[in-house]
Amino acid sequence: MNKSSTSGSVPATKYIKPNPFKMLLKNVKEHPWLYVLFLPVLAYFLVFHYWPMYGVIIAFKDYKPMKGIFASNWVGFANFAQFLNGPYLWRLVRNTLSINLGMLLVAFPLPIIFALLLNECRSVKFRKVVQTVTYMPHFVSSVVVCSLMLIFCRSNGVITTMLSVFGMPQTNLFSIGKFFQPLYIAMNVWQELGWDSIIFFAALTSIDASLYEAAQVDGAGRWRQMWHVTLPGIAPTIVILLILRIGNLMSLGWDRIYLLYNEMIYEQADVISTYVYRTGLQQMQYSYSTAVGLMNSVINVILLVGANVVSRKVNDTSLW
Amino acid sequence: MSANSKMTAAQIGVSKKEMKKNGVKRSTGALIMDIIIYVLMTILMIVAVYPLYYCLVASFSDAKQILASTGPLFAPLKPYTMHGYKMAFQNAGVLIGFRNTLFYVVGGTLLSLSVTMAGAFCVSRKYFYIRGIAMKLILVTMFFSGGIIPLFFVVRWIGIYDTVWAFVLPFGVSAYNLIIMRTFFSGIPAALEEAALLDGANELQILVYVIMPLSTAVIAVIAMYYGVGYWNSWYPSLMFQRDRNLFPLQMFLREVLITNQSTSVAKDVTMQSAEAFDRELIKYCMVIISTVPILCIYPFLQRYFVKGVMVGAIKG
Repeated sequence: MNKSSTSGSVPATKYIKPNPFKMLLKNVKEHPWLYVLFLPVLAYFLVFHYWPMYGVIIAFKDYKPMKGIFASNWVGFANFAQFLNGPYLWRLVRNTLSINLGMLLVAFPLPIIFALLLNECRSVKFRKVVQTVTYMPHFVSSVVVCSLMLIFCRSNGVITTMLSVFGMPQTNLFSIGKFFQPLYIAMNVWQELGWDSIIFFAALTSIDASLYEAAQVDGAGRWRQMWHVTLPGIAPTIVILLILRIGNLMSLGWDRIYLLYNEMIYEQADVISTYVYRTGLQQMQYSYSTAVGLMNSVINVILLVGANVVSRKVNDTSLW
Repeated sequence: MSANSKMTAAQIGVSKKEMKKNGVKRSTGALIMDIIIYVLMTILMIVAVYPLYYCLVASFSDAKQILASTGPLFAPLKPYTMHGYKMAFQNAGVLIGFRNTLFYVVGGTLLSLSVTMAGAFCVSRKYFYIRGIAMKLILVTMFFSGGIIPLFFVVRWIGIYDTVWAFVLPFGVSAYNLIIMRTFFSGIPAALEEAALLDGANELQILVYVIMPLSTAVIAVIAMYYGVGYWNSWYPSLMFQRDRNLFPLQMFLREVLITNQSTSVAKDVTMQSAEAFDRELIKYCMVIISTVPILCIYPFLQRYFVKGVMVGAIKG
């Protein structure tokens, strides 16, 4: 495709656009094994990603599994309207957004600060030890992490006891709604702080050493070097990850929250994805929950594309 | 380094008294900064390790004492006991879970790895005609999905609901891993495979005999990503499996650790039954049993994991 547009600038040769289908057949004949090798991946993505994408049409129907998709009645946007007019809209959007904003404000900058500080350590050995130890929580399963969190936040748990020094109540912290979001964010920071910093370490090591030498000649101290050399050096990485985070502001995995929350604290803990899971697979309101999930997916895509456009305009960095 | 540390001190007006350490002159300002960093990092390490240490200590302790204790533990509470581990290993669920998880980790990883590798190989070849479309097809799935309910029905329609496949297939290939592999494969000089092509090798042979031997690092990374993923995974089972004989270890863990957890623990310890003590103790033992295998191999694999993130980062 690209060839035809570039060769168009050359007047002497008359370029005939090849029939793509013929080209494909020719390619298949030349490299049949390539297509055999690609078949499983193609099948996987078609079956488990594109088929469900087609399946979202049940969001516009009153889907009855016994009837099948085709025979189920069309209801248009009734499922969407039900959610938009329903009692849970505000609660779910608010919780999803505020947990993600909290993550953006706390869990996003911390790995950067961590990488910058650890980079200042002169002992390479110590750095390696710190990295090994802080990457470790990433490999603990979410079931274990969440259950440890629940155990530590019992009325006599480790976290509860330590926080009670600061005047927090000595009860099960997961029975009090307002503590859920900070605890959830803290848990994620604990698990991912080290792991998320790897990418920044990678960016740090790629900064040209001569820049530091130049800064030293100019009389820059440690802080100034960090501010004027290191930070600009890793800025593109930060921006890319920031775009991704902003694009994900409305998406939040349901699995961890599902493990942590309980009915008492739905008001602060229930998010869109957990609601979709509950209404869909537990209460079997298939069409309704698909509609809620679809709405969420569309918003996510819009946010991601939006963040990317802004970033491309502001500083020429973009995902695609 | 010593030169710039001196500068810092001079600029911010800290005392210019210099210290001699390891033969390098440093200002007090820089020294204080160093101390702060080291202390901070040490605290972080303790925080990272402590929760699992707590479980280890608690798993050997007397359950009655743990339930009564408040705050952090540093050593097992007497009387020491192995009772929890005995119970855990006699628990039918734990044994079934271990067997299944082992099967899922080995089988699932092999399957996911081969499919991902084949796919990554194809989209990394310039002479693959549908390369562009194929890549777009894969990338779109990273940003948009049909959601879990349609996926649930697809799993039912194709007849793998409540089978071992339901755990492995629906999340079997990660687009992210595929892209990491593609990036790596693209970096291998084309001249190497051209020679093989001239000798009449087909693409499968090129992948196996030319590309794979040169890509052991990235194959190790992706195998480990998938392996750890399968070890820790549980929700495909929650969504797509009903038969307890198919559950992975994490599902039984969830049952013991979370579903049985009452939201309000009775304050009066004497009111609790022996059964409650057993349940408490077995929790810590199961955390240790399920986490130790990963943590034992982790230090050896660490450099590969890190490599994977870096290869992925190049693309970004």
